[in-house]
Amino acid sequence: MIKKFIILIFIFIPIKALALIEVDITRGNLNPLPLAVSPLSIDETSRMNFEQILDKDNIGSEISLIVENNLRTSGLFNPLDKKAFLQAPDIANLKPRFEDWNLIKAQALITGKVNYINDKLRVEFRLWDVLAAKEMMALAFTTVPTNWRRVGHIISDKVYERLTGEKGYFDTRIIYVAEEGPKTQRIKKLAIMDQDGANNKFLTLGNELVLTPRFNPASQMVTYLSYFKNMPRVYLLDIETGTQEVVGDFPGMTFAPRFSPDGKKIIMSFAKDGKSDIYTMNLETRLVERITNHPSIDTSPSYSPDGKYITFNSDRSGYQQIYVMKNDGSDVKRISFGNGLYGTPVWSPRGDLIAFTKLHKGKFYIGVMRTDGTGERLLTENYYQEAPSWSPNGRVLIFYRETKTNSKGEGFSAKLWSIDLTGYNERLIKTETDASDPSWSSLLSN
Amino acid sequence: MKKIVFEKAPRSKLMRLNKILKNTLVVISAGIILTACATKKEVAVEAPKKEETKKEETKKKEEEVTKIEKIAGQMQGDVYVGTDSVKYLADGVADRVFFATNESILTTASRETLRAQAAWLRANSNITVVLEGHADERGTREYNLALGERRANAAKDYLMTYGVSSDRITVISYGKERPVDSGSNPLAWSKNRRSVTVKAN
Repeated sequence: MIKKFIILIFIFIPIKALALIEVDITRGNLNPLPLAVSPLSIDETSRMNFEQILDKDNIGSEISLIVENNLRTSGLFNPLDKKAFLQAPDIANLKPRFEDWNLIKAQALITGKVNYINDKLRVEFRLWDVLAAKEMMALAFTTVPTNWRRVGHIISDKVYERLTGEKGYFDTRIIYVAEEGPKTQRIKKLAIMDQDGANNKFLTLGNELVLTPRFNPASQMVTYLSYFKNMPRVYLLDIETGTQEVVGDFPGMTFAPRFSPDGKKIIMSFAKDGKSDIYTMNLETRLVERITNHPSIDTSPSYSPDGKYITFNSDRSGYQQIYVMKNDGSDVKRISFGNGLYGTPVWSPRGDLIAFTKLHKGKFYIGVMRTDGTGERLLTENYYQEAPSWSPNGRVLIFYRETKTNSKGEGFSAKLWSIDLTGYNERLIKTETDASDPSWSSLLSN
Repeated sequence: MKKIVFEKAPRSKLMRLNKILKNTLVVISAGIILTACATKKEVAVEAPKKEETKKEETKKKEEEVTKIEKIAGQMQGDVYVGTDSVKYLADGVADRVFFATNESILTTASRETLRAQAAWLRANSNITVVLEGHADERGTREYNLALGERRANAAKDYLMTYGVSSDRITVISYGKERPVDSGSNPLAWSKNRRSVTVKAN
């Protein structure tokens, strides 16, 4: 799908170094920036063509709604009510009357235009600084009409990047485990959806238990644990073709898989005779390498973004703690020393932090610490939550939460949540079914 | 040249605000770094203290458990000793053993159960078994998979000591995926921390 999706980007005005509006991303959502997302204007012929192809009354408005929703959920922006807009979308895109937008307290304005050209969807958009009365950015995309949601996500990413100085995370997908049925006999399927919950699709039928799916860096392959034929093994799935294969030939359970940052290896645990060690398998050469060798449980390995280090979970001290070692298994250092148990370490894509799950006094926390274990910060506390996964820009964590059941064992649910690195902007991610084990893809465009 | 003029153009109010905020941030983060250094020292000295809190925690836990014991009479320490979910491989041969939180050590009662299983397996040499290891829901998924495997292997080792050949035993871990009791309470968790011997043929 990604290969088929060719975006042509024309940069109209290559002004770069001019910082006009800036959003400080490190502050959390204390004071989101008020901005106006004007509906993208569309001529009548184009509107009718897209209505026929996409069954959407006005694709210009639909795309702007996606942008609005993305920017709002980021917690950094406050998109203003469209009813207050004074200027028509087509004129605003040509030359906004900044006084009008200033009047409704918009500090930034997004305008644009949609055209139907040679069976393609062409979208141009502009970002304006209302106070400075200047254009900040102007871009155009051409793609197949069915990609209209992605166009909305790409616009959101461009705006986010221009205003915060950091890459966005909207043109991304989430792979997760969809859950149904009673707690004692859960049916679990692999599922994939856009970051905003749209385009949900099940990838397995639920005949066998599946757990912990993770994307490869290109977000086209997934590694996960499947109980196919009652043999828990790490599998590899090509999302596009649907082909699956077992990873390696291990005489026992393999689990907790992840890709190396170059996508060439899978790192995972192999359990035998009551001990679990960490192994890698090179997907090209099929070479298996043993990384740890200890009578304890070593699991949940995750590479640093440069591939030089591995963080993992081990109970070699007697309790679950987080460790860091070199990628060949040497130089093992414990980094978690606070009270409680630590699990599921995941290295941030920026390389500076490790996210984790912590269990202390009957509560579960999602937190982050520096890679040497200092600066521990707990972001959220709950009855049960675990398995954080980073947004590709390293600013947001997605994880899952399970509820406590009542005395009869009823009321169980599992849901996906996200939270900013700042500890603000905690959000429920709506899914069709119950959900767990989320993994965030890389940015699909650029 | 025009560029320079552009850059010197009056900044928006927002940007000035941002500058101020950024400066404040620098000051604040400097403060945090200082405090972080201070706390770090404490942590280093604190190590023995942690053991104490751990003991206290277990003590508290034990007290809680004793309470439940009085009500239900089904737990010893935090190991399940009831018969609620237990099935039988043969007359007097229980199919499962239970574990304490985060443990894979076999209790006296568990060893008794496994000796009975071993005797029955020796008497029925055509039977093969699967040992299914499980954990409760109060742990991370991946660690629990490993823990379930460790528990089932503890049972396997014991069966082997009592004369059951290893090629008759397969081990599988379900981690926390297949609880028998869906409750969110210590008694339910104790029933779920188990290794179950299942006939495979």
